[in-house]
Amino acid sequence: MGAFFILIGVSILVAGSFLAAFLWSVKNGQYDDDYTPSIRMLFDDEPRQETTITPEIKIPNK
Amino acid sequence: MQVEKFYYDNKTVRNFAYATMLWGAVGMLAGLWISLQLIFPSMNITQYGSFGRLRPLHTNAVIFAFVGNGIFMGVYYSLQRLCKARMFSDTLSKIHFWGWQLIIVAAAISLPIGLTNGAEYAELIWPIDVAITLIWVVFGWNMFGTIIKRREKHLYVAIWFYIATFVTVAVLHIVRSFELPYSWLQSYSWFSGVQDALVQWWYGHNAVAFFLTTPYLGMMYYFLPKAANRPVYSYRLSIIHFWALIFLYIWAGPHHLLYTALPNWAQSLGVVFSFMLIFPSWGGMINGLLTLRGAWDRVRDDVILKFMVVAVTAYGMATFEGPMLSLKSVSAISHYTDWIIAHVHVGALGWNGMLTFGILYWLIPRIFNTNLYSKKLANNHFWLGTLGILFYAIPMYWAGVQQSLMWKQFTDAGNLKYPFLETVTYMKPFYAMRSLGGTMFLVGVLIMFYNIYKTVKAGKLVANEPAEAAPLEKEYVKHAGEHWHRWIERKPVQLMVLSLVVILIGGAIEMIPTFLIKENVPTISSVKPYTPLELQGRDIYVREGCYTCHSQMIRPFRSETERYGEYSKAGEFVYDHPFQWGSKRTGPDLAREGAGNLKKSDAWHFRHFREPSSMSEGSIMPAYNFMLEQNLDTSNTAAKINAMRTLGVPYEKGYEKYANEDLMMQAKGISINLKIDSIRISPNKEVIALIAYIQRLGTDISKSANAQK
Repeated sequence: MGAFFILIGVSILVAGSFLAAFLWSVKNGQYDDDYTPSIRMLFDDEPRQETTITPEIKIPNK
Repeated sequence: MQVEKFYYDNKTVRNFAYATMLWGAVGMLAGLWISLQLIFPSMNITQYGSFGRLRPLHTNAVIFAFVGNGIFMGVYYSLQRLCKARMFSDTLSKIHFWGWQLIIVAAAISLPIGLTNGAEYAELIWPIDVAITLIWVVFGWNMFGTIIKRREKHLYVAIWFYIATFVTVAVLHIVRSFELPYSWLQSYSWFSGVQDALVQWWYGHNAVAFFLTTPYLGMMYYFLPKAANRPVYSYRLSIIHFWALIFLYIWAGPHHLLYTALPNWAQSLGVVFSFMLIFPSWGGMINGLLTLRGAWDRVRDDVILKFMVVAVTAYGMATFEGPMLSLKSVSAISHYTDWIIAHVHVGALGWNGMLTFGILYWLIPRIFNTNLYSKKLANNHFWLGTLGILFYAIPMYWAGVQQSLMWKQFTDAGNLKYPFLETVTYMKPFYAMRSLGGTMFLVGVLIMFYNIYKTVKAGKLVANEPAEAAPLEKEYVKHAGEHWHRWIERKPVQLMVLSLVVILIGGAIEMIPTFLIKENVPTISSVKPYTPLELQGRDIYVREGCYTCHSQMIRPFRSETERYGEYSKAGEFVYDHPFQWGSKRTGPDLAREGAGNLKKSDAWHFRHFREPSSMSEGSIMPAYNFMLEQNLDTSNTAAKINAMRTLGVPYEKGYEKYANEDLMMQAKGISINLKIDSIRISPNKEVIALIAYIQRLGTDISKSANAQK
């Protein structure tokens, strides 16, 4: 039955690490906002329509 | 806050995209070829091109080369943009890319020359296993490095899928690769029999889950909203989808072993979790499809969305079918048949294939700053692909159910109605239709090659794509002279990954030798270790990939015990490193090939290996006449015996010294036996060892029955 215990142990370990990750993500505030991330990912670096991909980079005033 | 300017690395993305296409075509071509071998056995050209060696090449190429490179393409593209950061290290990206391609080349060489571990989807020999581990660590290092230096605090759901993929595949690969090398190239699995079977399907099923599914779900959550230019239907659902899916998947493996010698409680555990998986899986599918709500008119015109819709639909079909196939009563019919082949191809061609193509058509024009060369050709590809899947899957479903019913059919007198061979020849038209479907799918891919080639020619790679974003607010400022491990305490993710790796390695080293070996005490006293000749023969059986067509596991059904003999017991396999239960009966079960009614003469096996159709007319088994010429390599017998003893097989101390004498004696016996049937062959040929092994199969348990009489 050795392999059974190894697999159960390893599976619980994996599940436990996922649980830790889940708790971390909740505490970290990852899910405080469950709407805007889905919108935000659409906007980041979409190449501008019908133009070249290189954006004009404006150096902000210091 | 100061906005930072940086560049996305598109070159690595392009490289992975090219590799995906190239290996995809190679893997599919191998698949088409072996499908034709089932209709025309003469297409098994030389030993290097026989079905048993090429089938692992096909599965490994599609899973690890096609989908593997597809994963890296999708991750390298989306992770940078979701993290608003360039990949952590260009050097690591390079090592990752070239290392992975090298592994694939090593696989493509080692499998046809017969170097294999003999476990499905884990066939690659131990040096390659080590290389995979190293490159996987490079991938994880690069990925986590990018996540750490990200400029966007929120980890989009796709990233979570990537993290789960990395962690779980690492664990699966390490546990499945517990093996004891007996030479620089080859090894035996640490586990034997039932235990090896459980490890195998725990690995095998989770390879489907965490290599073919979770990374592609992450990619779906990135590329589908991007291609549709609208947010995912419900971000909240995607979060539930993720966490529910990963918690359930890891327990589902035993559904591959229903009605086998695996303990019942483990089977039931697998069934329960497999069934529950339908809920998160369908949550994900619905989330994907509903993303297009109100935009279905665009699906009519946008070929990329078409690919993605078919992919998500195929995911839904496969994940409905999966839980159903995991029910014991359905498994009783479907296991060992082509139904399973249909099921996995709906997943691989439909879900992985179509999503990969959709992403390629979306991504290549973007990183080359141009438009897709031809939407019409992409449309042709779409229809060839979609119809190809149907032409593949439907005949295989039909064939699978039909063959299973034929296996189980009794006459009114209570005898089996169909000899096994008749159920095989019945399959041929279905196999032909399947090959047609596969051809269509492959032609679609070749059209894509042309389309992408033209697109690339028209554009120019934006190797470093400029972007800008504000950096994350620093939550912690490093102070001088702090303790080295403080960095990790601040980073729960790294802490998690590192501790996992440490615990795994520590646990493995401690547990395996002490814990596993002692218990290989046979539960059936008449079950004895293989003789040296049988062991060598068994290794030839493994080398030739016989398990790709023959099972060695008789389930406790009357239709099986009538055909093959007493059902298989767990205690019969305690010395089997690796186990060879198989998962498909293209040919008959061999668990009791040397015993009872099935026993045939040495001469029959000799002639059958030389030319199978001479003994079984219409057989589609390849001829193994090269074994009549090739000498058995006995130089490694001692090393093999020693390795087996380390693994707990009770060979006497010092037996390795005279093992080869025993081997020769037994071989001469078979050779003399063959002479009686006027077959002249020297005892040092490979075929002799294989005959010895085949004649041994299933005999131990009948010895004990005879003794009791």
